[in-house]
Amino acid sequence: MGGGAQFDVAVIGGGLVGGAIAFGLRALGPRLLLLDEGDQAFRAARGNFGLVWVQGKGAGLPRYGAWTQRSRREWPRFAAEVFDASGLDVALSQRGGIHLCLDPRELEARAAALAALVDQPGFERYDYEVLDRNALAKQLPGLGIDVAGGTWCSLDGHCNPLRLLHGLHLALQRAGCVLRPQHPVARITPRADRFDVATPAGTFTAERVVVAAGLGSVKLAPMVGLAAPLRPQKGQVIALERMRPFLPLPLSTLRQTDDGTVLIGDSQEEGGLDETVALPVLAAMAARAVRAFPALRAAHVNRTWAALRVMSPDGFPIYAQSAAHPGAFLAACHSGVTLAAVHAEVLAPAIAAGSLPPSLAPFSPRRFDVPQAA
Amino acid sequence: MFRRLPDELLTSAPAVTILIDGRPFAARAGDSVAAALLASGRPACRTTAASGDPRGPFCMMGVCFDCLVVIDGRANQQGCLVAVAEGMEVETQKGARDSGIRRRT
Repeated sequence: MGGGAQFDVAVIGGGLVGGAIAFGLRALGPRLLLLDEGDQAFRAARGNFGLVWVQGKGAGLPRYGAWTQRSRREWPRFAAEVFDASGLDVALSQRGGIHLCLDPRELEARAAALAALVDQPGFERYDYEVLDRNALAKQLPGLGIDVAGGTWCSLDGHCNPLRLLHGLHLALQRAGCVLRPQHPVARITPRADRFDVATPAGTFTAERVVVAAGLGSVKLAPMVGLAAPLRPQKGQVIALERMRPFLPLPLSTLRQTDDGTVLIGDSQEEGGLDETVALPVLAAMAARAVRAFPALRAAHVNRTWAALRVMSPDGFPIYAQSAAHPGAFLAACHSGVTLAAVHAEVLAPAIAAGSLPPSLAPFSPRRFDVPQAA
Repeated sequence: MFRRLPDELLTSAPAVTILIDGRPFAARAGDSVAAALLASGRPACRTTAASGDPRGPFCMMGVCFDCLVVIDGRANQQGCLVAVAEGMEVETQKGARDSGIRRRT
């Protein structure tokens, strides 16, 4: 690269997606710019649950299952790199995970869904087990008596997502990259040899731009000839007080963090840009958690919060390079934690090299252009 | 460090006996557990879940959560928000509370 631009790459969005891509590009040092809206942004990276999760993903798009599994495999190396570069341990644990089913019908449906998932043509198969209550209780002490069962997969795990976000930012600072928080991007203007990225605090120039601004990408992507048809999906989380470790594995809706806090999170709500918590949903979540682990009835709730997932129409990630402005890229997904490793280790090098690999073609937003059958 | 006001300045609050880590202590009716702990002469009433460092009552108004103790078997109680009662058992809380679930090894 070279030319007259201030930066080789400007990454727009300092959450987990933009942060991981920037982390993978941090060798650029002062030629890398990370622009971030700031803490007033709808920031999924501050509210997410922290699973590094495989089971159940990829129904309808086997390539997404493979991409997720690749990220799981890259995660240990990625976590070690984040530690080396930032000094922060993101508490990665990949010893398997469980999806709990309270009712027999739930368990039946879950088993059928997983069977159909791994039987898809072209799906990179993995093993999982459908466990009844008694088999599950051997892995989960304290399990409620009227839990139907669950599905167990050795590939699943979890980490501390706040420490990950912090670690990525620290690593970028230590690599000499230019971080600009409180810099919401108002406009991206493609020029012949660069992009002008305008913020209220000034305009920056870069040879390449990566739009990774979560829900903010809806507005920004079209400025570089890309479509980002994303919508918010609310998830609420309950954080219980710290307790001595009792849960050896993460569940998809309940996990104990490395410092002992128990998190409960299983809501998926469509309702626009609304980050408020709502008691009826929290109460239902708490009731399910108590049914799963009756001892949690006595635990205090320390905090509750809501955050907005970044959802595409089919739920799968969107990666794209602009045809009109080939220096511009788009990355959007709701699995910023699970996919952080491939965003840093695979997507970022591809962006540095100037084009996305054919393996990412299924994630192009062009898939949404197909006319709907009547 | 902490002393009670001289008797003549106090109301005639009757004594209330509580157990602190199994040893009787004469608190006064109306004392919070945290006040009784301070009056008993101990600066710390718990160790933290994160670092294991000792902590004791600090804000005395329900904000700092540093006076967490086990009261009558219930862990993580804010001592400054609970009034003493005759025969109450107060125990030092060591680290995070126990979920009551026994983890197999």
